[in-house]
Amino acid sequence: MAADQAGITFVKRHALDVRITHWIVALCFILLALSGLAFFFPPFFFLTALFGGGETARILHPWIGLVLALGYLYLFLRFVGACLWHSDDSRWISRLGQVMSGHDENLPEVGKFNAGQKLYFWAMALLILVLLASGVITWNEYFAHATSIPAQRIAVLAHSIAAALAILGFIVHIHMVTWEPGTLRAMVNGTVSGGWGWKHHRKWLREVVSAGRAKPGTNAPPAE
Amino acid sequence: MDAARTMTVVRSSATASARTTPRFEDEVTKLIDVSKCIGCKACQAACTEWNDTVQPIGYFTGSYQNPPDLTANMFTLMRFNEWVNPKSGELEWLIRKDGCMHCADPGCLAACPAPGAIVQYANGIVDFVHENCIGCGYCVKGCPFDIPRYSAAPAKAYKCTLCSDRVAVGDGPACAKACPTEAIVFGTKGEMLHHAAGRITDLKSRGFESAGLYNPDGVNGTHVMYVLPHADQPELYSNLPSDPHVSPWVRVWKGAAKTYVSLAAMAALIVGAVVHHAAGGANRVSEKDEQAAKKLIEGKE
Ligand code: HEM
Ligand code: SF4
Repeated sequence: MAADQAGITFVKRHALDVRITHWIVALCFILLALSGLAFFFPPFFFLTALFGGGETARILHPWIGLVLALGYLYLFLRFVGACLWHSDDSRWISRLGQVMSGHDENLPEVGKFNAGQKLYFWAMALLILVLLASGVITWNEYFAHATSIPAQRIAVLAHSIAAALAILGFIVHIHMVTWEPGTLRAMVNGTVSGGWGWKHHRKWLREVVSAGRAKPGTNAPPAE
Repeated sequence: MDAARTMTVVRSSATASARTTPRFEDEVTKLIDVSKCIGCKACQAACTEWNDTVQPIGYFTGSYQNPPDLTANMFTLMRFNEWVNPKSGELEWLIRKDGCMHCADPGCLAACPAPGAIVQYANGIVDFVHENCIGCGYCVKGCPFDIPRYSAAPAKAYKCTLCSDRVAVGDGPACAKACPTEAIVFGTKGEMLHHAAGRITDLKSRGFESAGLYNPDGVNGTHVMYVLPHADQPELYSNLPSDPHVSPWVRVWKGAAKTYVSLAAMAALIVGAVVHHAAGGANRVSEKDEQAAKKLIEGKE
């Protein structure tokens, strides 16, 4: 319990290093999606103006990609323990209708991450791996002779399909944050209200409380 | 490119509708008669001369072929192959002038993401417009003949222009002008097909039964054609492909299906998200939730 506003108790959710990395990855992703879509679909070519023109967009994109991949690796290592799949997750995801209609009470109690968040975590890990490998193969300036041209043709197709899938996942990710008010502050302030924890991640809240990390009147240490 | 301003562009990379203003322009063709070529490389020298490119001096690798491959400074290359004809038992020195084929259906143009970086003129010439090139190397992946070469500085792609700047003012390509045996001739497509037919008849009458024209259908024909003494085996000529076509991977990558399915899915998800929010309302935390959490934290649950 870090603060008390109008009777609301706040609980620590994400440590500072995780939050900083998360926002670096998010910024990189947006820049990659904008520059990538400019190469993907000619009517979007004007987006390269955001980067100072087609040539600079082409130069920057793979470097930003490397930063994203490194950032995601860090998040991966920090989150992987909390993203392992359990049988409750299968039950949770099978009641997607209840999820989408906001009936958290009809779902199994959720730990730090729900099944949807876990799927997003694993899907992004896989897609970023594909994007990294195919992106390096496509990176003509430095790796044109590292692979054969037929391999590069497959890589660039794989890259564009993986990018489209990653952007679809990203849209859902953004939507869930705005659809569940109180979520964004987990990545901004690093805390969530107790009620948010009770509603969406009750098992996690119980763990935090029973571990003594959310005692009233004390500053809650990072709960990972 | 001056040529882009003087000749009619019929197709332009990453551009939906290129100009198709009707203007009478014959298709042009450069015909390379392999049987007449003596491998003197006057064409190669003329090419670097006209295009003002400098190929750094390399090393002798046991072949007249020099440099060993096309480069961003060498738009045309004489490729040498020694072949023993199994029928006659004789050694044949097969020499082919390699370079851009100026396909009617150019894979480089299809692959290029930069508007106007690759254009095709009404006369059939496929040209790179370097001020629009962003240097991604997609054209290298698109080409079925492995022609465009990527230069490190500036990071852009280069290839034979068919001397579009000379053709634009009514002249022919520098290589054709330099060729001492008229193995390279340039003219309208009709003239060149006619000339080739005469050459093939002549070759056949002299024992080259499989002499023929190389103008592959897989890319809807080319604007650089070869007369080959062994037209049934184009691979003999330093791996000239017998059935070149734009790779199916490139077709799918650049195809409408991939592009529109992905964009439609993105649009549908965004609309879905807005509708989900608007119809059901946000999934808010209630006062009851806060009270329950408070009890839990204070240990009164
Ligand atoms: C992970 C490291 C990444 C690397 C090394 C990388 C590299 C590349 C390269 C080399 C290109 C060709 C254009 C150029 O040379 O700039 C490219 C194109 C592209 N990239 Fe990436 N990229 C990465 C991540 C991403 C991500 C995360 C996205 C999506 C949000 C993305 C979306 C795209 C798209 C849509 C294209 C155009 C594909 C097409 O032309 O069809 N990339 N990438
Ligand atoms: S490198 Fe080739 S594909 Fe890329 S912009 Fe330049 S001409 Fe177009």
